[in-house]
Amino acid sequence: MQALYAQLLVGLINGSFYALLSLGLAVIFGMLNIINFAHGALYMMGAFVAYFLLNIGGINYWWALLLAPIIVGIFGMILERTMLQWLTGLDHLYGLLLTFGIALIVQGVFQNYFGSSGMPYAIPDQLKGGMNLGFMFLPIYRGWVVIFSLIVCVATWFLIEKTRLGAYLRAATENPTLVRAFGVNVPRMITLTYGLGVGLAALAGVLSAPINQVRPLMGADLIIVVFAVVVIGGMGSIMGSIITGFALGVIEGMTKYFYPEASNTVVFVLMVLVLLVKPTGLTGRAA
Amino acid sequence: MMTKSIASFLLGTALAVTATGAAFAQDKTVKIGALSDQSGLYADLGGPGSTLAAQMAIEDSGLAAKGWKIDIISGDHQNKPDIGTAIARQWFDVDKVDVIVDVPNSGVALAVNNVVKEKNGVYINSGAATSDLTNAQCSPNTVHWTYDTYMLAHTTGQALVKAGGDTWFFLTADYAFGAALERDTTAVVTANGGKVVGGVKHPLNTPDFSSFLLQAQASKAKIIGLANAGGDTTNTIKQAAEFGIVKGGQKLAALLLFLTDVKAIGLETAQGLNFTETFYWDMNDQTRAFSKRFAEKMKNNAPPTMVQAGVYAGVRHYFKALEALGGNPHDGAKVVEKMKSMPTEDDLFGKGEIQPNGRTIHNAYLFEVKKPSESEGPWDFYKLVGTVPGDQAFTPLSESKCALLKK
Repeated sequence: MQALYAQLLVGLINGSFYALLSLGLAVIFGMLNIINFAHGALYMMGAFVAYFLLNIGGINYWWALLLAPIIVGIFGMILERTMLQWLTGLDHLYGLLLTFGIALIVQGVFQNYFGSSGMPYAIPDQLKGGMNLGFMFLPIYRGWVVIFSLIVCVATWFLIEKTRLGAYLRAATENPTLVRAFGVNVPRMITLTYGLGVGLAALAGVLSAPINQVRPLMGADLIIVVFAVVVIGGMGSIMGSIITGFALGVIEGMTKYFYPEASNTVVFVLMVLVLLVKPTGLTGRAA
Repeated sequence: MMTKSIASFLLGTALAVTATGAAFAQDKTVKIGALSDQSGLYADLGGPGSTLAAQMAIEDSGLAAKGWKIDIISGDHQNKPDIGTAIARQWFDVDKVDVIVDVPNSGVALAVNNVVKEKNGVYINSGAATSDLTNAQCSPNTVHWTYDTYMLAHTTGQALVKAGGDTWFFLTADYAFGAALERDTTAVVTANGGKVVGGVKHPLNTPDFSSFLLQAQASKAKIIGLANAGGDTTNTIKQAAEFGIVKGGQKLAALLLFLTDVKAIGLETAQGLNFTETFYWDMNDQTRAFSKRFAEKMKNNAPPTMVQAGVYAGVRHYFKALEALGGNPHDGAKVVEKMKSMPTEDDLFGKGEIQPNGRTIHNAYLFEVKKPSESEGPWDFYKLVGTVPGDQAFTPLSESKCALLKK
């Protein structure tokens, strides 16, 4: 039983990354109608920016948490301005292919310079060590990841669903012409939204840097699972993607305990089941 | 580019004409295929570095000056046996490749082993770990350089059991390699009076090991044996530190650890780990000289791993056999037989031999990862702890199940 608690908690930690990444995807898909396959590459860039900040600029983890999302977010906005915006109104497939291509290029460039095994990034001193919870030894850093990502997820949800800015955003996706008539600069808002989604990916990258290696393929390995999470949760649903992110982390964690060989596939099995029963995803609305 | 290829065509034709005049029977063309994981989790320990090692072997052999024409091509098997065999078939059938080198990933390596045998090519494997290549699945066309799971089990594994680590829990990569390493290490553990109390098989390329580490922690085993490699091993070791596994009194047995893995983990976390390799760049003047030349040509200036060193040494020995034969007979089994009949000697692995089952015998070294304070350069990572002579490190012929031995 104790082991089970421990696995639940570990699942929750992985779920935090799924939630942060699928949230970013949901924001981008919901507002821009783009299936952002570059998300994994941007997550990887977040980790690399943190690595560069530390090793070249001497800037610590805490500043990286703030700066890396901004830097990568700006990179994302440049992508949106120069490439993605021309795809407005076209089929989803175009956006998917373009972002997939961008992901391959970005990963290829990083791999060319940094190889595949990656670089170490130390856990910040303040979060080193762990607590004995009785049923398990919880590294403080992992606890921090869960709490911090929960706060970020809820804040993002609040921003989009409960504030005036969020209302503009949602209105602009429904009817851009009308919103523009009210004097809102819709293209700029869309660029900023893409920047926000990308920033979330970069934030997840910084969070994961001390746990995993900072390596070029870290995003490629994760992104497929995250897409499955988004499909299960329902494309474009903010709360849905947060909840499914955490839930699937837990389910995957359980699988690692009961039948580890299947731990890489369980998410996809669930995806198939959900698609068969409810093709719009658990919380998705029919388009 | 265009002028260059025209020039080489003309030169080739001219050479061919002279060759026809001089020695009609002797074919002096060779084509090498370097098959590896070029972009995945094993790319840094083999990959482009292995291709470079093979190229350096060509240059250092000086065969070009003696009228040989040697080409090299490389391929990415992406850690998938079907892709690996498809490339190997195409290389033999279309590109007329004579020898396939490197091939990390035991699953791919065993699959390619069959293709090379069927096509009667030469197979110099350096990257794969499974001892089956020279045991149950040995082939007259295969030479296995550098290391294997039997060696890893009988060096690192044995040393740990003898030091009192008598209960083991395995974290095993769920494919041919992990299974072979777990099997060979379990045999050593039980033979030395130890006990395996449990284990878990994880999928290849797993980013998060915390669930598995918790199970290992709960098992209370004294030793947690890592029967995995590359990125999987680095992630396990890093996350084990996070979960306080070593501080809790359990010891990690990194059964297979490469130079690039230590770099990726960082000395802070990796210090004190014991493991075995058969080559380290900083062993003696010869290895240092080679590694310096190698690193200058590598993109990130990395010195060679033991896998890349094995590719170099294997190709050099292959050339020696070809020279002794006076030309390339394009008959894999014949060349490998010649390779086995000659003692091996090179700057990187020293003196050795190739046994009838295809296993190359050379020294193995027990290393310990240095403390950050002891390291004097960007790749100064290892302290030599002990040397195991080749005949004690690798499978004795009496224990080998290789069919080639029953004559």
